[in-house]
Amino acid sequence: MRKNLRKDLFVISKLINDKETILDVGCGSGNLLDFLLKTKKAFCRGIEISQTGVNDCVKKGLSVIQGDANYDLDDYPNNAFSTVILSQTIQAMIFPDTVIKNLIRIGRRAIISFPNFGYWKVRKDLLFKGKMPKNDILPYEWFDTPNIHLCSCKDFKLFCKNNNIIIEKFMCLSEKGIEMKTNYFSNLLAYQVIFCVSKKKKN
Amino acid sequence: MKSLIPIDKFQIKNPIKLDSGEYVDSCEVAFKTYGTLNKKKTNAILVCHALSGDQFCSDINPLTKKQGWWNILIGPGKVIDTNIFFVICSNVLGGCMGSTGPSSVNPQTKTNYGLKFPVITISDMVKVQEKLVSALGIKKLFAVIGGSMGGMQTLEWATKFSNKVNVAIPIATSYRHSAQNIAFHEIGRQAIMADPVWNKGNYYKTRKGPKGGLSVARMIAHITYLSERALQRKFGRNLQNSDFFSFNFDTDFQIESYLKHQGSSFVERFDANSYLYITKAMDYFDLSVKKGGLSNVFKNSNVNFCFFSFTSDWLFPTSETKTIIKSLNSSNAMVSFVEIKTDKGHDAFLLDEPEFHATLKGFIQGQIGKHEI
Repeated sequence: MRKNLRKDLFVISKLINDKETILDVGCGSGNLLDFLLKTKKAFCRGIEISQTGVNDCVKKGLSVIQGDANYDLDDYPNNAFSTVILSQTIQAMIFPDTVIKNLIRIGRRAIISFPNFGYWKVRKDLLFKGKMPKNDILPYEWFDTPNIHLCSCKDFKLFCKNNNIIIEKFMCLSEKGIEMKTNYFSNLLAYQVIFCVSKKKKN
Repeated sequence: MKSLIPIDKFQIKNPIKLDSGEYVDSCEVAFKTYGTLNKKKTNAILVCHALSGDQFCSDINPLTKKQGWWNILIGPGKVIDTNIFFVICSNVLGGCMGSTGPSSVNPQTKTNYGLKFPVITISDMVKVQEKLVSALGIKKLFAVIGGSMGGMQTLEWATKFSNKVNVAIPIATSYRHSAQNIAFHEIGRQAIMADPVWNKGNYYKTRKGPKGGLSVARMIAHITYLSERALQRKFGRNLQNSDFFSFNFDTDFQIESYLKHQGSSFVERFDANSYLYITKAMDYFDLSVKKGGLSNVFKNSNVNFCFFSFTSDWLFPTSETKTIIKSLNSSNAMVSFVEIKTDKGHDAFLLDEPEFHATLKGFIQGQIGKHEI
């Protein structure tokens, strides 16, 4: 079962406790939800924009709504889930700021993962080749990419600070999907990053 | 004609109390089943038909000799596989295919009910279906499925008898009939009632119903089942018989001919009073007025929902379905939803829509894994 799971998703799955209520935004074929359902007995829901993704999900017996995270998250009530997951999708959102605020409104915490645009090879592409960076998780050409709001790890941290969002946990993955220790140079060394964030509690 | 064909009927002995407060005595439910009920009686799927439908959802309709209205979806090896499932489909209360309705003979007066038949609701239809399902010994249905008015019945089942349904599949439907939908129905009813043959619903002795009025009602309704694009694609401004205008009021355009055909074939198989009663039942439907709002209706529901809508359906647009989804989400219900891209309008739920069928098949498979059958 783990074989089907992308490495970053497996790392995310380790952050989930038993019997949590999960909403996976952009759940694709539902591999992560299926894994959480079976290994953590989680209460799982998903949103997916593609027809084929939804088909795969319902085939697995998962409850998934075809929808667009840019617009459809407004329909969910406050604190409906313990964790809301947005993996490798934030950079393709039209309104990433609204989406993030919605994630932490709907969930008591949000797990957000994205390709780090501050990664040294990304910088190298631009600096030495003078071309838009491309790699395994950013495989597109500049003209056909769905990734319209790329950011670095530092950008994201700054966003959280400016919007009173608490970073509960921050994790870095190497190109091979292996967890790396975080340090001062994480923005340069991390290929992918995973943030656990939540809203600041009102005093 | 009808009496020559054997129709399965189930008789409810006790009077049925309707939402209006009135009663129907010795109510009959005409139904048809496909496949075999398993020993545990866990493989039953109730199929709910739409306004003009009947109990013959699969195989060949013995009355019309044409394919059943959902034959594309239901049958051996099909999306709703009758090798696995026991499919039940019953003619709705108020209908004219054997279930008690305005054209039935009132056992007390020995004459046709006509307008003496009490006004019914979607909930009344479901009440009667539930009696049939219970009589078949089924404690819990694997699924209830239906499109349009069938979807309304599905939603009614999922709220009224939520403990008797594992899975609900409402298609191209809504939690209530919109003002526009009521408006179209009212035009249809007025067309029937304006036909002098209708005679305040008292036309059964003449053996000739208000065919003109009913056919106009059907023509109007039929436009609402299609989409502007599909009409343009299929007919455009094509002329029916020649390359020239006739300069009179005969049929010039293909679309005119098509609608007239829809109207005239409908009146052969449908009772005008049934049309009045069933459209009224749809107009009355509104789940949001029950038990303190729509979200409350679905509270603590254990039903697994899968909704379908179609992009070009302007009778029951996706926005209506999304309103229900919102309520279901707020009650943490198990709900899936897919919007199918098509230009075929509301009728798409009856047609060959591969994406719709693929998702539905997948969903049913996924649910077989979750519920023992």
